[in-house]
Amino acid sequence: MYRIVSKEILNPTVVKMDVEAPFVAKKALPGQFIILRVDENGERIPLTVADYDREKGTVSIIFQIVGATTEKLSRLEEGDFICDFAGPLGRATKTEGLKKVAVVGGGVGCAIAFPVAKRLHELGCEVHSVVGFRTKDLVILEDEFKKVSDKYILMSDDGSCGEKGLVTDALKKLLDGGEKYDEVITIGPLIMMKFVCRLTKEYGVKTVASMNPIMIDGTGMCGGCRLTVGGKTVFACVDGPEFDGHEIDFDEAMARSTIYKPFEREMHEKTCNLLNRQAK
Amino acid sequence: MPNMSLKKNIMPTQAPEIRNSNFNEVALGYTKEQAIDEAKRCLNCKNHPCVGGCPVKIRIPDFIQKVACGEFDEAYKIISESSSLPAVCGRVCPQENQCEGKCVRGIKGEPVAIGRLERFVADYHNENCDKKAQKPVFNGHKVAVVGSGPSGLTCAGDLAKKGYEVTVFEALHTAGGVLVYGIPEFRLPKAIVKKEIDGLCDLGVDIKTNMIVGKTVSVDELIDEYKFEAVFIGSGAGLPKFMNIPGENLKGVLSANEFLTRINLMKAYKDGSDTPVMHAKKTVVVGGGNVAMDAARCAKRLGSEVYIVYRRSMEELPARKEEVEHAVEEGIIFKTLNNPVEIYGDENGFVKSIKCVEMTLGEPDESGRRRPVVKEESEFVIDADCVIMALGTSPNPLIKSTTSGLETQKWGGIIADENTGLTSREGIYAGGDAVTGAATVILAMGAGKNAAEAIDEYIKNK
Repeated sequence: MYRIVSKEILNPTVVKMDVEAPFVAKKALPGQFIILRVDENGERIPLTVADYDREKGTVSIIFQIVGATTEKLSRLEEGDFICDFAGPLGRATKTEGLKKVAVVGGGVGCAIAFPVAKRLHELGCEVHSVVGFRTKDLVILEDEFKKVSDKYILMSDDGSCGEKGLVTDALKKLLDGGEKYDEVITIGPLIMMKFVCRLTKEYGVKTVASMNPIMIDGTGMCGGCRLTVGGKTVFACVDGPEFDGHEIDFDEAMARSTIYKPFEREMHEKTCNLLNRQAK
Repeated sequence: MPNMSLKKNIMPTQAPEIRNSNFNEVALGYTKEQAIDEAKRCLNCKNHPCVGGCPVKIRIPDFIQKVACGEFDEAYKIISESSSLPAVCGRVCPQENQCEGKCVRGIKGEPVAIGRLERFVADYHNENCDKKAQKPVFNGHKVAVVGSGPSGLTCAGDLAKKGYEVTVFEALHTAGGVLVYGIPEFRLPKAIVKKEIDGLCDLGVDIKTNMIVGKTVSVDELIDEYKFEAVFIGSGAGLPKFMNIPGENLKGVLSANEFLTRINLMKAYKDGSDTPVMHAKKTVVVGGGNVAMDAARCAKRLGSEVYIVYRRSMEELPARKEEVEHAVEEGIIFKTLNNPVEIYGDENGFVKSIKCVEMTLGEPDESGRRRPVVKEESEFVIDADCVIMALGTSPNPLIKSTTSGLETQKWGGIIADENTGLTSREGIYAGGDAVTGAATVILAMGAGKNAAEAIDEYIKNK
């Protein structure tokens, strides 16, 4: 059992938790993920490591409430326990030799983009962070990003904060303005990453995208997380989760991510009703 | 007087048309009377060839004689000297190629039902004996075991009995390895696996779940930092193979590992499980091994019409005969001498059909089996909304890639001495599917057992 040391509501649907998991904390690196199971009947879900504290032995996770599992998880409080918490899994973000990077995050993906930006900043790399949200209320980690970024550009779909527009608009402007990046690292919704990669391909800038497909074990056993990258089938859990964005078949990844959508919706509804009844 | 019947006592089973829609165990087990009667078929012959056929060398005629006299607890004691998991082996061992394959009664008639008797003895013990095993006195030495499947559990149990402090590191959230994620409930109830594992914990074995060796902690750290004097690697062969044919990443195509893990480990067939599983109308399982049979029979139980597509003929099916028979009885349709070449999807990216070709058998290949050859212009299409690939698995590269100086075969298997399990690194032993590639539960147990002996020798002589 893994104790929740602290809990913070980042926005109405995004929660941050620090979880006591000393073995994971000791090894975790930006870009890696963990697999958790909330309770005995729970499914296993992957969540990217948002931060870690090796001294305290804690790992931070940031998640959006989208289904039954994240709903249940969000109802746990400080001092409560998570049934299973395993990791760190996957390969860490490659940071060697990078001097100037644009980190492009969207929505809750910014939670994963942040530790990458932070790590690059610590290594002395120039970091330009481009982050996008639907609207003002959903913005997360603004101060944190600003601290580790040489440039911070906030975009919103409705113009309620930062500039109105998409992250690709901002990135295009930067590239047109003559910014030369060693690499673009993008983390967010598949559709956003697809268009970021399409843009950077035009400009010939190497781009890495962090994938978060459906998986069970996270160690290469089920093959549920397979993607096509450069025409070959790869497993996101062991070969990734980060891949060359110009080689990823995003359309296939988007299709695969919806396999269990109807089940997920139904389970989420059921879980909400149950938990609300219990709360009353 | 021995029972000279040429046939085994029949195993009571759930009727096929009933069991193919539930997940309860298919075989119900012998009654006391049936067990005693069957035990009397054993001639207690001088050479006891059956023992030679057993990878863990259970004193088979001795335990059977005890069953024949109704001394079931004594029988259990004899089995447990050699086997840590008798209730498991009695169910999943391929006895027809092992002990029973060597039985002299099998020359003229059917062999003694050794597997069924082993199962009876283990179940009788589990139901009627709640005495916990005595924890042996600690001998001051620590051994780490990687993986809690059949080889790891056997190695851990044998070492614990010798007084070692054994810690088992399991990557998943439940101990048991393939016994819990792979083999379905109707063939091996999970409560039975749990009971056997609890027995090992009573002996002092400490199982740490959620510990992915190679990620959470490395083998080198286990030795250098955590001061384990020896490590046994029984990490299995968990990596699924795919065919690399067009359409394989469509929604509804999955590895048998994924399908079985959802059902067995995650209990997706039960109400109240948060894990989804496909409830297909028509499922095609590709492959002919035990895993293919398991996947097909699970799909059937979820309400699907099920086809097994296999490129050789019924005779070459690598699955146990009993599993094939059960599958046929349950209404699985075998399309042998067929091979898939492409999977087609609908406009939403879901599987809609699978294109196959017919095969004929040519000359024998390196494996000794006749090589399947494609028949010209024999393409045909089967409608299906789910395709399960059960083509075998290979060892996980996680440990190899994180353990310095650990040598492996080209295909990923850890190189280990056949008799001791010793790897290219001093103090590191390996066995089971991680060494051999996908094989059987009992072979893995045999390897775990031999390694436990070797580890004991190694530590004693250090």
